[in-house]
Amino acid sequence: MTNQGAVLTALADPTRRAIFERLARSPSAVGELAHELPVSRPAVSQHLKILKSAGLVSDRAAGTRRVYSVDPAGLAAIRDYFEQFWQQSLIRFQAAASQPIQEDT
Amino acid sequence: MTTQTQATSVTTSIEVQAPIEHAFRVFTEGIGSWWNPGHHILQAELAEMVFEPRVGGHIIDRGTDGSECRWSRVLAYEPPQRVCFSWDISLSWELETDPARTSEIEVTFTADGPDRTQVVLTHRHLDRHGDGWQSMRDAVGSGWALTRYAEVAAQRA
Repeated sequence: MTNQGAVLTALADPTRRAIFERLARSPSAVGELAHELPVSRPAVSQHLKILKSAGLVSDRAAGTRRVYSVDPAGLAAIRDYFEQFWQQSLIRFQAAASQPIQEDT
Repeated sequence: MTTQTQATSVTTSIEVQAPIEHAFRVFTEGIGSWWNPGHHILQAELAEMVFEPRVGGHIIDRGTDGSECRWSRVLAYEPPQRVCFSWDISLSWELETDPARTSEIEVTFTADGPDRTQVVLTHRHLDRHGDGWQSMRDAVGSGWALTRYAEVAAQRA
């Protein structure tokens, strides 16, 4: 279950974004992420917890390790959010209508 | 701004810092100033958009090659409070020539002070597009959050 607010909050943090982008390249365990990124193991675990509760990543057991990967449903949710046609259109309309009024038409 | 999605319609609202008459004019005759130029069904690039300001008029996309696409009929034109126009676009994103298989968009404007206007847009009757109409709803509106929640919630009822 993805939630719009949780998704946006989760990705607002640059470290979490880096972890998310790294997982999009290849699924990884906590240790690998901590090794490659300038973040401690406990901090990586904490960030993964937030990404997971936002529906952006999922995890599975692989032997003694826990491997994290990007959840396609979460990814689709982000795409859908920014592709909402009328919402996007009204934001453009808002910008145009708020321009100083010119009586040239 | 908020977006709500009900079974066969999508509603979005926004507030603009402009008098109601101006907001209405920008939305209608000024459509080319805010419409995303990537959103059209012409073969060529979009050169300009024309909104004919009367019931029975059309919204017309003109391509850089001179081609034209009349993708909408103006169904109601009540400046500065309300405008209603059809969405003559099929599920395969081609011009829909059968009016029975088109949806419609109603936009209402409410003055919220001399320089502030509340704009509410509802794209409704999306089910008229026929089998698979949900794809059109998902394309124009909130495809996931409230829609899917509502569907899941309805199944439990």
